[in-house]
Amino acid sequence: MLEIKNLHVNVDGREILKGLDLVLPKGQVHAIMGPNGSGKSTLAYVLAGKQDYEVTAGSVTWNEQDLLTMDPSERAAAGVFLAFQYPMEIPGVATMTFLRAAANAVRKARGEPELSTPEFLRFVREKATALKIDPEMLRRPLNVGFSGGEKKRNEILQMALLDPSLCVLDETDSGLDIDAVRIVAEGVNALRSPDRAMLVITHYQRLLNYIVPDRVHVLSDGRVARSGGPELALELEESGYAEFGDAARNGAAA
Amino acid sequence: MPAVQETVARVREIDVDKYKYGFTTKIESVKAPKGLNEEVIRFISAKKKEPLWLLDWRLEAYRRWLTLQEPTWANVTYPKIHFQELYYYSAPKSTEGPKSLAEVDPELLETYAKLGIPLKEQEVLAGVQGAPRVAVDAVFDSVSVVTTFKEELAKAGVIFCSMSEAVQNHPELVKKYLGSVVPITDNFYATLNSAVFSDGSFVYVPEGVRCPMELSTYFRINEKQTGQFERTLIIADKGAYVSYLEGCTAPMRDENQLHAAVVELVALDGAEIKYSTVQNWYPGDKQGKGGIYNFVTKRGDCRGKNSKISWTQVETGSAITWKYPSCILRGDGSRGEFYSIAISNGYQQVDSGTKMIHLGRDTSSRIISKGIAAGHSNNTYRGLVSAHRKAVNARNFTNCDSLLIGDKCGAHTVPYIEAKNASATFEHEATTSKISDDQLFYCLSRGLSPEEAVALIVNGFVRDVLQHLPMEFMAETQKLIGISLEGSVG
Repeated sequence: MLEIKNLHVNVDGREILKGLDLVLPKGQVHAIMGPNGSGKSTLAYVLAGKQDYEVTAGSVTWNEQDLLTMDPSERAAAGVFLAFQYPMEIPGVATMTFLRAAANAVRKARGEPELSTPEFLRFVREKATALKIDPEMLRRPLNVGFSGGEKKRNEILQMALLDPSLCVLDETDSGLDIDAVRIVAEGVNALRSPDRAMLVITHYQRLLNYIVPDRVHVLSDGRVARSGGPELALELEESGYAEFGDAARNGAAA
Repeated sequence: MPAVQETVARVREIDVDKYKYGFTTKIESVKAPKGLNEEVIRFISAKKKEPLWLLDWRLEAYRRWLTLQEPTWANVTYPKIHFQELYYYSAPKSTEGPKSLAEVDPELLETYAKLGIPLKEQEVLAGVQGAPRVAVDAVFDSVSVVTTFKEELAKAGVIFCSMSEAVQNHPELVKKYLGSVVPITDNFYATLNSAVFSDGSFVYVPEGVRCPMELSTYFRINEKQTGQFERTLIIADKGAYVSYLEGCTAPMRDENQLHAAVVELVALDGAEIKYSTVQNWYPGDKQGKGGIYNFVTKRGDCRGKNSKISWTQVETGSAITWKYPSCILRGDGSRGEFYSIAISNGYQQVDSGTKMIHLGRDTSSRIISKGIAAGHSNNTYRGLVSAHRKAVNARNFTNCDSLLIGDKCGAHTVPYIEAKNASATFEHEATTSKISDDQLFYCLSRGLSPEEAVALIVNGFVRDVLQHLPMEFMAETQKLIGISLEGSVG
């Protein structure tokens, strides 16, 4: 279970999260929605442990472990996975090489044996096929020259490979056409399991047609302003974020 | 085990203050008296039973050297070197004529074992049956003590021996080519080397012969306060091919050590020489104290038509590196290549690059340089590309990329381009980038440690160059990259 209590976070001296509370039980998928600048991506980065995100108050625990005292690689080993909104390019490093290094690092930290080369290749190929990833893409340098869809599918491939228990998807649908959204969503749905919790961060309701959440939380000005069932997302689609104060429109930065 | 994991395993094995190869071997040495004068040069020459012409050549270089000033144009700073405080000749005593491995000092073999020479050379050195065909001319301090595989090479007509042996057995070749690429008047350090050079490798590949194996040498400084003055000469006759590997490590010590080697390559018509180096001299401790000064002159002469010389270097060690492996593209249609990875960490200073001198028609050259600076280090690429008036259609492509890790290091690119005819086409690309916090965070969020992440990103950055290294060196180089950059983040 993910438990976030009264979380306050400063970025560059400005308070972005202002007392956020959230409970995400194992086996469930919760959506985080909200206007630009409401703190959605900040929440994602804080969960993954990005530096320069200063937690000034509150707590975050995952399966009773204090996430905030762990560095990013420890969190990965503990099962936290962040699918990035903007995945980083690493020139010269073949995607397959990166996948292998990551998978082995995480397995080692969890006390699991490394996969043999044939086992690993079989596993990657299987997952890649499901995500309609061209094997040629895996030979290219990580994310370099990838289309938006390729980058996001690659994130989901990594998610499948690292076998996380807490998946955080940060605007995974942004910049994707409808076919790409469907492929990515199918990849995510395939990973839904009673042992896994997922936090799906999105600006638009569209993604939630494909990844149907158990709960929807609306973030506004650094707090959860409203929570409800999947129907809340549809309601927002109708009415927009006006009642939650579209911070972007009010001139605040994301 | 994939390379990255292996890199990390190696990094973890090493205590930051303990240079892996930092130990000294007790082997009695025969030294020349301290300091440098004509008597010392006569001592060296006599010790090596050299012919008179070579003694005269050395003396001429020495007299020339006395008139020269130490160069100061490189982007490096170091305390004054007291040339009269150094020893200019030191040879392990046990080498007064070992005829086989069995006669080799066991301590020496122990040294190789401790070095963990990762290639198959150790088996070769140990004379293991079925050992791979990599010939080793191991240089221990100043004198070559073990030379193997000579018979097999001899069958192909290839001469691979120490310079001292070459002087005795092939004086006509030595006399013809020694100093023909790097003349005794060339520069301060090369001139010093010419006066006092101790030993090194000599290779001659006859006309039309493709050398049946890669030739390899390990260098190692062992004596206290012994300047190292290796001299290597490689000649590929018409249509010949040879690939030569050089790698080195050095023991830990406090005094700075001077290393001024000279390497000369000669490629005749249609010949090709590939020269690869992995340089891992002791870089100094965390404060930068005690590392090696590496002032090297390496030059290849594409003397014949359509000849080719290719330098590939991986520079990770030394307190100071001053090194510009160059090509003189004299023959029409000849080609020069320079692929370089220069890594600096701690307080290391690197000023390295190449010179491509286009003299003949239709000559081409290619330069790919990857500089990586971490810690408080300074990393300069300095390169000259020039086309002579007669070098019609000369072409060069240069790509210099620098990668910075942290904010206390420096990367500099100093290209010199001179085209004296209008038909020359020179292209120069340069980039400087930094390992971004976002890239690091991305890797960390996938479970990699900071060391693993940096090793991975840097190995990606240098990939274009790595692939030009012989297979044996690739794995070793990936490890070295991890070791060299240890402690650069976090």
